[in-house]
Amino acid sequence: MSFPQPKPEVPQLPQNLLRTIDCQQGAVRAVRFNADGNYLLSCGSDKSLKLWSVSRGTLLKTYSGHGYEVLDADGSYDNSQLCSCSSDKTVILWDVATGQVTRKLRGHAGKVNCVQFNEEATVILSGSIDGTVRCWDTRSRKFDPIQILDEAQDGVSSLKVSEHELLTGSVDGRVRRYDLRMGQLHVDFINSPITCVCFSADGQCTLTSSLDSTVRLLDKSTGEMLGEYTGHKMKGYKLDCCLSSKDTHVLSCSEDGHVYCWDLVEGSLMLKLPVGKAVVQSLSFHPSETRLLTAMEGRSGIGFWLREMVVCLKCDVPLLPWLKYGIN
Amino acid sequence: MASDSDSDGDFVTFGTPLEPLEEDEPLRKPVPLHEQTVKDEKGRYQRFHGAFTGGFSAGYFNTVGTKEGWTPATFVSSRQQKAGRQNARPEDFMDEEDLGDHGIAPRQITTTADFASGRKDVIRDKARAITSLSAPIPGDTVLEDLVAPARSSMGVELLRKMGWKDGQGVGPRVKRRLCKQRADSGTRAFVSASPPNGLSGSQDEEDGEFVPENVTFAPKDVTPIDFTPKVDLHGLGYRGLNPLAALRGGPGAGHINLFTMDSDRSNSLFGEDRKGQRRRGGVAGQGFGVGAMEDDDEDIYHRDIMSNYDTVLGGEEPGDGLYGWTAPQQYNRKKKDHSKDAAYLGKILEGFTLASDKLETKTIFPPPNLPRDFRPVHYFRPVVDLSSVSPMVAQALQTSRGHMAQEEPSKGGRHQLDSAQRRELLGEATLQGPSSVFDLLKVEDRERLSGLRRPSSDTSSGPRQPTPGRPEQLCSGCRDSPAAARASAQKALSSRFTPHAEQQQQEALSVWSGPTAQAQTGQTFKPFERTPHKQARYDLYIDQLKQGDRDALELSLDPTMTEWERGRERDEFVRAALLYKPSSSSLSCRFTRGKQDDGVEADTVEVTRDQENDVDDKQAAVKMKMFGKLTRDTFEWHPDNLLCKRFNVPDPYPGSGFVGMPKVKRDKFSVFNFLTVSESPTASASPAPQGVKPSEPGKRSRWDVSGQAGNKERKEKDPVSEFLSVARIEASGSGPEASTTDGPTTDPTVEPDTEQKDEEEEEEESRPSMDLFKAIFASSSDEKSSSSSEGESEEEEEEKEEGVRSKAGTGPQISNQLNVNTTQPAPPVSTTPSQNPDVVFKMPSGPAAAPPPRDQEMEEEEFGPRLPPPSSTLTERRPSPTPSAKDDKHKKKCKEKHKAKKHGKHKKDKKQKKKNKRHKHKGKQKKSSRKEESSDSSSEGSDGNSQEDGEEGGGVSTEELLRRLKGIRGKNLQ
Repeated sequence: MSFPQPKPEVPQLPQNLLRTIDCQQGAVRAVRFNADGNYLLSCGSDKSLKLWSVSRGTLLKTYSGHGYEVLDADGSYDNSQLCSCSSDKTVILWDVATGQVTRKLRGHAGKVNCVQFNEEATVILSGSIDGTVRCWDTRSRKFDPIQILDEAQDGVSSLKVSEHELLTGSVDGRVRRYDLRMGQLHVDFINSPITCVCFSADGQCTLTSSLDSTVRLLDKSTGEMLGEYTGHKMKGYKLDCCLSSKDTHVLSCSEDGHVYCWDLVEGSLMLKLPVGKAVVQSLSFHPSETRLLTAMEGRSGIGFWLREMVVCLKCDVPLLPWLKYGIN
Repeated sequence: MASDSDSDGDFVTFGTPLEPLEEDEPLRKPVPLHEQTVKDEKGRYQRFHGAFTGGFSAGYFNTVGTKEGWTPATFVSSRQQKAGRQNARPEDFMDEEDLGDHGIAPRQITTTADFASGRKDVIRDKARAITSLSAPIPGDTVLEDLVAPARSSMGVELLRKMGWKDGQGVGPRVKRRLCKQRADSGTRAFVSASPPNGLSGSQDEEDGEFVPENVTFAPKDVTPIDFTPKVDLHGLGYRGLNPLAALRGGPGAGHINLFTMDSDRSNSLFGEDRKGQRRRGGVAGQGFGVGAMEDDDEDIYHRDIMSNYDTVLGGEEPGDGLYGWTAPQQYNRKKKDHSKDAAYLGKILEGFTLASDKLETKTIFPPPNLPRDFRPVHYFRPVVDLSSVSPMVAQALQTSRGHMAQEEPSKGGRHQLDSAQRRELLGEATLQGPSSVFDLLKVEDRERLSGLRRPSSDTSSGPRQPTPGRPEQLCSGCRDSPAAARASAQKALSSRFTPHAEQQQQEALSVWSGPTAQAQTGQTFKPFERTPHKQARYDLYIDQLKQGDRDALELSLDPTMTEWERGRERDEFVRAALLYKPSSSSLSCRFTRGKQDDGVEADTVEVTRDQENDVDDKQAAVKMKMFGKLTRDTFEWHPDNLLCKRFNVPDPYPGSGFVGMPKVKRDKFSVFNFLTVSESPTASASPAPQGVKPSEPGKRSRWDVSGQAGNKERKEKDPVSEFLSVARIEASGSGPEASTTDGPTTDPTVEPDTEQKDEEEEEEESRPSMDLFKAIFASSSDEKSSSSSEGESEEEEEEKEEGVRSKAGTGPQISNQLNVNTTQPAPPVSTTPSQNPDVVFKMPSGPAAAPPPRDQEMEEEEFGPRLPPPSSTLTERRPSPTPSAKDDKHKKKCKEKHKAKKHGKHKKDKKQKKKNKRHKHKGKQKKSSRKEESSDSSSEGSDGNSQEDGEEGGGVSTEELLRRLKGIRGKNLQ
């Protein structure tokens, strides 16, 4: 067991706002760290995908080519490729450096909610509201998917890939785990539309957030519930949840403008990060450090803001000024 | 040499440089042909074809014509001046360009041929080409070529006098990087002789890391290429008998080197580095035979190997010292660095580098070690039936092997049961027909066969006695005496009706007359539904069978048909009866009948048996938070082979032909399936609840929305959603009463909304599946096209007003807020563009302002959890302690896109009343437009449509679909 830390530590939670980026993309549908956490991708509703440097907070590249708002994006393990999906029913594979569209993958019958590379960026997996997950081959020149997973009975809202497993969450209230190695499909019934699914870093657990305002930690192999995290509000929107990089905490967006952070083992609410007043749309945790990325709408109405928080080691330090008007 | 050194200065650029290409810039139109002119510095057309460079200078669009055609403007006869024009020089016919710097006769002091290096010789060549035209043989300067003086340029002579050797590198000393290009090939010439010290040192440095910083190196040596004239009459590359090599023996070069170097040749002359080194006496050469005394003839015929040649053009490193000559070389190329690529990429996209650290290597667990004495051979032990072996043998077998196959069926697991044992377990009736082919044989034949096969035992463990059905079978022909004659005649007539078929007929009879078949009535499959008459006959046949009628087939067939047709139909019926025979009750309750039966166009959706029949259990389990076994289903799932390959995973089912889930009937509740389902009676029976926005005050998910919509009967039907909604109301405490806390401004907005909702519910019943069509076919394009519809002009006006007001009112507020944030650039600037109505409406895809309303429309058509709306104002929510609830309510209000736009920008509480009024108005307007639209669902309606569907569709889609599904499922289970 990795998670109960032997010695009491300062809770490794991102608490201070480091930087706010106005990405001027309209609504930010998703923010994602890349594989090593040095860059971040923001998916805008203005059809653009932007690549930012985390350390400098500067815009590196804008990728435009989608016909409608970009809903999700992912970077390959070596940063050489990006993929993004959009409401225009397409999945696009980008060349990072030139910003050109390497491949535009059509085939979904509805907007594409989520997209992921597999570990070696040889397959793009995309889940759509048409209830299918399509596996696109990035190696071949064929434009047909390798396989279509149409087991979901409703739209696929979230999707994650591990080494040989594929985790999908669907609006039909089921979490499906396709085990390629075993050739098995495990279906866990949650009974509420799934908004986000995650693997834990050790690969033994899955985290699902659903529209009944609950985040559940399930044992991957048996499907038993290991933890249940409530308190936040997730009733109508497709919001993200995630685990911290060391699997110590569970984080979830909330519709009340906070990011909720629970202790993974105890299930107690550790932190309620006030991000703003609006709905926190998306969040992403740094793959190795204690950094959090949140996206929510901005206060000027047009700009949308990315927030990145870094750990504050002295936790009794008064909160930063932006919090003062963040909470009512 | 001197002119070479000042290299860059004397390039002349013509024209203006191209502008650097902008990425996003659209492609320009190509310039039409007649505008593609080049002019010189005086504005004249630049000639590409001068009179002395192969063309004319008339220059009308780079042609030889003029504007007037071929007619010269003024013609002056030169007849009189013929005598005076005797000695016209070429320069008389030249233009300035020809006499200019780059013309053919420059009027400047230039280096003569002696001092000129390569570039200037071009001019001279031109001149020679011209003079060659007047040569004895036109086009060829034969004489000059023959008597070309052997001379080298003055620079070379000077260098030689300074001690320069041919091939030595010339130029300033260079740093390491350049010197690196001194590749292996450059030094190769010297390798066989004595390699100079410096060279070997440099090679070391190439490999190694030791590169001193401030050390420069002489430029690279150039291997002079030996242009030895070909003097013999052999074919190209053929090296005939070499009298010089005759005494030393040994074959010539293995490979004909067209461009041998001096050093190479000397090597071959001395025969030092030949691999064979076998000296033979006598004359040898290519194509020269072997003498009688010589034993081997391997080298007579020259064999060339393709590896001696370069197969790739330009694949060499630039500094290989050959300068394009394709002499065979062994290049030991260095592998390219990946880091170099990354650096390259990093230059392109500033601030971005590829990941340097690779993927973590996977831990691969080795297969378990096999025991030392394991032999990977599997042999099948013969299955021994205890009954067939004497007890002594059985005992011996048991002790020796430790087990007896088939000894105890109950121990062996279900896979080792045979059909008879399974039948017993399942409680089915024994088949009436013969259980094995053996039963059909005569007794003595059987015994003979079994005697033959005794050692390997027989497979049928069932009772060997003749079954009760068998004697009937054997004498069935003579039992029915009236039909017997006919049957025998038919047998002769129809070749299709074989004895085997007759046996099948008996089988069918036994199957259908059994008790299980009697139990299930009315459920029989209709295989001939396409042709009702035939189906009727088939039904009759089945009925007869059920009554145990023996000649059911003959009775049911149509006597008016021809014999052939009847024989065919007989055959078909028997087969169908066997194929669709009633399954036994214990089994049939386990299987769901396939809805998509062959040949029948089923308009129902298949039901997955595993997932559907215990949903209630699962829901109960979820209720009790008993996740685990109760909520988990595991299916066999076949990934595509290629997918496995891409994931670096072995195919779990190698050789399985299909992908996906094999054991479960497909039911894909995609939107397409519901295009046909919408006609199903259950869908129309249960009124559509919808119109409930996902942005209901309580913020319910769309799944249990119906409970709030006042759809009572559905509530009763669906305990789960009831439970969930109740639970949610309890949990969140945000029922309808939550709205009361929101203050006076938002309250009135709720009521009109619900009214409107109800109205839309009624409409929804009449037209249930429109939202589906919208969800599928409404693309962004047609939504865009709808932006130029009805109420926009007034919206625009209102927007303008509001823009002005909000500029005045909210400007300071915003800036106040934003001042706190340090990174925010100039808030007023960011707000103004969106308030400009022109921008908003002309550019629907504008970055800031336009997308939000579209988002909302789109969102509400879609299924599942929505994305948060891009803009919900903060100031509107400012007074309320529970911002989100208000926000939701607010969202509900701003269904119209113009409002959504405004919400993003203007944060006025006093706006709200106005908006509400307008909202009501809109609702009515919408209703009317909907009615119009039903008559003409054309482009005009698309706007109102998308709005309305935005309102109802969000709920309808999933909720409605779910209910339909349930209805279907219920129907199926009946």
